[in-house]
Amino acid sequence: MNKRDFLKGAALAIPAAGLLQTLTRVAEGEDLSTAATMTGDYDATQHWYGMGVDIDKCIGCNRCVEACKTENNVPQEPFFFRTWIERYTIKADGEVTVACVSTQPARGEETPPVDPDVLRTFFVPKLCNQCANPPCVQVCPVGATFQSVDGVVLVDETRCIGCRYCIQACPYGARYLNPETHTADKCTFCYHRITKGLQPACVEVCPTQARIFGDFKDEASRLERFERMNQISVLKPDMNTRPKVRYAHLDGEVR
Amino acid sequence: MKIPEQIKRLGAVLGAVIAVVLLLRLVILPADMFSAKPHQAAKVVREMAKPPHYAGMTRCRECHADIYETKYAGHHRNIGCENCHGAAAEHAAAPASTKPPLPTEREFCYTCHAFDPSRPNGFPQISPTEHNPGKKCIRCHDPHDPVPPVTPSECSACHGTIVQAKAASSHATVECTTCHQVAEQHFVDPHSALPTKPRDREFCGQCHGKDATEVAAPKVDMTSHGSAYKCWDCHYPHAPEMKR
Repeated sequence: MNKRDFLKGAALAIPAAGLLQTLTRVAEGEDLSTAATMTGDYDATQHWYGMGVDIDKCIGCNRCVEACKTENNVPQEPFFFRTWIERYTIKADGEVTVACVSTQPARGEETPPVDPDVLRTFFVPKLCNQCANPPCVQVCPVGATFQSVDGVVLVDETRCIGCRYCIQACPYGARYLNPETHTADKCTFCYHRITKGLQPACVEVCPTQARIFGDFKDEASRLERFERMNQISVLKPDMNTRPKVRYAHLDGEVR
Repeated sequence: MKIPEQIKRLGAVLGAVIAVVLLLRLVILPADMFSAKPHQAAKVVREMAKPPHYAGMTRCRECHADIYETKYAGHHRNIGCENCHGAAAEHAAAPASTKPPLPTEREFCYTCHAFDPSRPNGFPQISPTEHNPGKKCIRCHDPHDPVPPVTPSECSACHGTIVQAKAASSHATVECTTCHQVAEQHFVDPHSALPTKPRDREFCGQCHGKDATEVAAPKVDMTSHGSAYKCWDCHYPHAPEMKR
């Protein structure tokens, strides 16, 4: 084949491939203009997921953190988390310290002794707040981060260019750059589990039921009951992100 | 009016260009070049297709109903099987070929039950160095049905720091219940029924007022002694000698 034939072929093949692809999609009945709402038996429009966290119940055992890493193949190094536990220590002089709880066995060494100067101390589980008004989605320059129809903020790793803009934009520090794929990564509420009717891994293993998973569109869900029975706060309400992770018994010092 | 020949030809060329552009934009070029929506829909499908690693407690129950029932009757009822035994979706798919881990070492129980001041009051905790060091927890405690913790009869079980401070002070002989009324419910679920606290100066005056009958207590004139303040603004009731 000479150069002329090759160029002629290429000039025809490229549009032909596009046409073929479009025709195939149309033939399969795929809707090209909107995000899919039906996948198999699962109808995303019937759900609006959220999580409740009861601070008074969290014992800081870190099982949720370990389960999350196993379930979602998060790197085991201690600086990549989709969910993590913070230890708040508030002293009589008003000094507040926040420390991320390590997993065992390092955990045993860092447990602080009883200190009479400490007014109160407690654990706060943190994760992506799955904001209804997510700043990370607004800033993504390539549309890789988006909110699914059922309210979960996802990252399309084939589209993400790893610019880290969303990591900067998240007021909760919930995102990290995956060192293996070099794309932004975050909590998905275990999207592959919840769409099958399972609980997210962190909720599944929580020994004290400090985490409640549910659906705001389901009146009978445990999350709705959690909201009715407790005084509910969200993190950084002034940011107008409208988080779907709701906290009960949240201390005023928690940021 | 006759349209000039060159305008007709230019019009035909323009029409052809417009047709080609429209064909490119609407048919030939795939929609995901112009919108992220198809990419996002594909991502949702990809995300849903990921296999779960944790099977879920109800899945475990299908085979291990006996253990589930035992556990459900005990204090570990709310703990998922995979909390201790690890992710078991693989085991659920092929029970014979993979066995979930069976943690028996003492350190594993520390994850939840080692004392940590940040844990909520009333959660059963032990001091690893003092509670039968070296012995395995499972020798005495069945993890599927841990022995119910004995309801503490002494306040010191939870409020050790306060009791220690009080024991070394001149209030050593004063019972906790002299100043705090404690409902029975407080022993079962501490947060649901908090003990009462003295609310006014007159309460302290019952022992420390000029006319009080309590011989051993130092007396003050309740009307002149710091009358603008509550007693505990200056004196720590659990250890009155201590500087506030």
